[in-house]
Formats: sequence, C-alpha cells, structure tokens
Amino acid sequence: MTFDKDVKYLESHEWARKDGDVIVCGISDYAQDSLGDIVFVELPEVGQSLKKGEAFGVVESVKAASDVYMPVSGEIVEINGVLEETPETVNEDPFGDGWLIKIKASDPAEYDGLMSADDYKTYTEGLEE
Amino acid sequence: METPLKHTPLRAWHVEHGAKMVPFAGWEMPIQYAGGALQEHRLVRTSAGIFDISHMGQLELRGPDAPAFLDYLLTSSMSTLEAGNSRYGLICDTDGGVLDDLFVYRLQDKWWIVINAANTESDYQWFRQHASEYEVELANVSDSTAMFAVQGPAAIEIMDDVSGGRVSAIPRFGAADCSIVGVNCLVGRTGYTGEDGVELFLSTAEAQTVWAAILDSEVARRADLSPVGLAARDSLRFEPGFPLYGHEISREVTPVEARLTWACDFDSNFIGRDAIFARKETGPAQRLCTFTLTERGVPRQDCEIFAPAGEAAGSDGRRIGTVVTGMFAPSAEVYAGNAFVETAYSKVGAEFEVDIRGRRKAAVVVKRPLYKPAYK
Repeated sequence: MTFDKDVKYLESHEWARKDGDVIVCGISDYAQDSLGDIVFVELPEVGQSLKKGEAFGVVESVKAASDVYMPVSGEIVEINGVLEETPETVNEDPFGDGWLIKIKASDPAEYDGLMSADDYKTYTEGLEE
Repeated sequence: METPLKHTPLRAWHVEHGAKMVPFAGWEMPIQYAGGALQEHRLVRTSAGIFDISHMGQLELRGPDAPAFLDYLLTSSMSTLEAGNSRYGLICDTDGGVLDDLFVYRLQDKWWIVINAANTESDYQWFRQHASEYEVELANVSDSTAMFAVQGPAAIEIMDDVSGGRVSAIPRFGAADCSIVGVNCLVGRTGYTGEDGVELFLSTAEAQTVWAAILDSEVARRADLSPVGLAARDSLRFEPGFPLYGHEISREVTPVEARLTWACDFDSNFIGRDAIFARKETGPAQRLCTFTLTERGVPRQDCEIFAPAGEAAGSDGRRIGTVVTGMFAPSAEVYAGNAFVETAYSKVGAEFEVDIRGRRKAAVVVKRPLYKPAYK
C-alpha cells in the first residue's frame, strides 16, 4: 500500500496535490484497493464550480458505486479524459495517470487544512479494525 | 438476533490467499481474491478457475417413486433423464411463481439435487411437504457436502490430470464417480460460467485435500489455475444468459416472464403447470431482456427503466421496468444488464432509458446471450 508523501488526503479517501496554480485530485491507493477493479468513472463538466465536500463524480468498481468529494472549493479546470476509455488507470496508477480532476481553488487555506500522508495512514489503520 | 454466518471448509485458505470475504445467503464467502474480479473472469474465459461453492445446497433422493415425485415438483421432466446425466429445472408454486432453480443429476442408485444456498432450507421443506404421498426417501446433505467448480478451456485437462484421465470421458451434462487423490468425488460435467468444466461434490472432511491437490497438479500450475470469487462468478453467469435466483427469477415472476419456458415440460403435470401455460397463452405483461447502455455508466439491480421521452420516440416517458442484474460485462466489454420491461420494450432493438442515480442513460435491447457458451 502506497501513501504518497507529496499529496494531502481527505477522510473520504481522495488526495489533493498542488501543481502550480491548480489542485490535482484523485483517489488514494487505499481507496482503489478497497474498491477493487474500477470499471467506470463519471466526472463533472469543466467550468463547473463546487464547494469543498461536495460530490464531483462517481467511481464505480465491479461491485459498488462510490461518490468522490471535492478536497477544496473551486472551479473544475480539467478532467482526466483518459479514464473514459481506461478507467482501470485509477487502479494502476492512483497518484499519477489515474488522477481525476484539476481544480482552481477559491480558498488556498482549505488545502493547508487537509491530512498529511502520515495522519492518513494512521487514519486508515484505524478503519481496518 | 442475527444468525452467525456459516463457513465453508476452505474459509481459512481463502483468507490466507487474499480473499475479501463477504456475507452471502447466510454464508461468509470470498467475493474476490487479490488479483481482482476482472482478472478472475478473464482467467476462466481463457484458461481455468476454481470456485469454492460449498454454500450451495444438495438434496439426496431415493425410492421407487422418485421419478414421478420429481416430475410433479419440477418444471422439466426428470423421469426421462438417463442415469449418469443431469438436467436444469425450476421449482414453481401453484401460481407459477419461481421458488428456485436447480440442477438434478440422475445417478445409478439415487438422485442428486443441487439448489441455491439462500433457498436450501425452504426447498427442503417444500420437497418434504410434498413427499408424503410418494414412496421416496429425502435427505438434506448440504452440511456434509463440499462443492467446487473448475471451469474454463483448460478445466478438463486439469481434472484429467488429478483423476487418472477419467473426467474427459464424461460427456457434457454427464456425471460419474471419480477418485481424486484417493477421495471419492461425484463429478458432473456441468457449470454456470459458459465454459466447459466440472462441478465436484465431496465430503466436507476431504475438501481441503482435494482443493489443494487440484491447484497443485502440474497441468493446473501450467494453466495458472487460480481461485475465483463470487463477483466473477456473477459476471461469468450473466454473459451467457444464465439466471440467478433473486435477480432473473423470483417468487414474483413465472418462467414465461423469465424466458425459461424451455425448461418447462407442459406435457407433464407439474406444480404450477396450468398457471404457467395460461400465462404463456395470454402473453406476459413484462418480459426479461438483456440490454447494453449506448452511453457510459454502470446499471445496477433496482435501477428503474423509462420509455424514451419526447414525441419523436412516440412515448410518454413513463416507467416501464426495472433492472435485475447490471454490470460491466468483462468479455463482451459492454455496460449491460438484464431487466424486466413491458413486453413491447423487450424485443431486440427496443430503446429505453435506465435511471442510474438520477441520470438517464440510453440503452438498447440486444440479442441474448452476450456470450455464447464455449461448449455449444
């Protein structure tokens, strides 16, 4: 299980990473492993503005559909079009090519408040019990 | 109070081998192993997979009236079955509602009946209730019986390797006793995946030995034989169009709606025969269909189906049905499902919309099955 140190995490298992002036968001390795084979990813329209904690899409595995939530408030500036044809990229490279959306954050302070890799790892260990 | 979940004799093995265990029909069962359900599905289509399906129920029937008793209880005539063969059938109520589906094997000295885990107790009681007027002996041997399936193009070669070449001599739907590493097993050339293969029945006490011996055989290693969980079992049975109790069949539908009249022998006076025949004559209001989505999305059980909206479609956008199975079909590579819809919408080419969490996705009825069984 990988807990990428260069990103921050949400309790709902998304990760967020600062990349220049946008925030890239995906789901964690822990999340993709728990979900199993991902067969469909539904992403929002570019240009849509959503608040932190709002569902921006759905990740569907063989057995279940899971909402994915905004790590910060802002405007969707790009979606990962590769996932339409190859949703399994989320399983294969959750922190890299399997990213979901890029957000132009409206409040930079929200990013700073997200969980560190160490805290997220401890948090997931608590979920195993 | 909740009843504790039952365990198969291989529970510890599954957990050790990375299985995710889930509750299913009162049992704790592996839904998938570490490689994931899609990989397991593809392995069965291209090589071979092994399934622990010891949750399924088995009844043993003996006695001179057994053929007549089964002809009365089941939709398909079993008295015409020859020893060493098996046949699919349904148990229906007097109104034609489906109580369960099953496989019956006629052996030299007895009948071996395989039923769904969720219905084992109710089926057994149904059989018992009706047995009093017949000279038959009935036993529920589910708890002492383990059941495995080995399925896929390499399955027969693997089973030959562990049975001294006995299995390839069994014809499709045939059954025979075979010794596997010294353990007596009933082997049926049957299965529920659309691939060639076998189903094995043996004593729970010997389950671990036989399971390990099959996986350890040289041919099995070469074929990369691996365990397969319930998620892939579901997609493997869905693609070739095999019904699953609680989805395509239930108390709420007759074999007519479920397109299973081929498993009804109307010359035989079975329970539910008149109701089913009448439904067939009048035509059903709803019928099972297989559909694929023409846009991306995953339909799931209980998604509602609507007629296409708008005047061009010549309809009013009303609700016309419900999804009973839905998934990404790994071999057909389509987002697909089975649904009961108004009969007019159940024909190949009919278009409708599936409501997936509030979003309407366009779908079209397709020819069944999505995957043609390999042994046909």
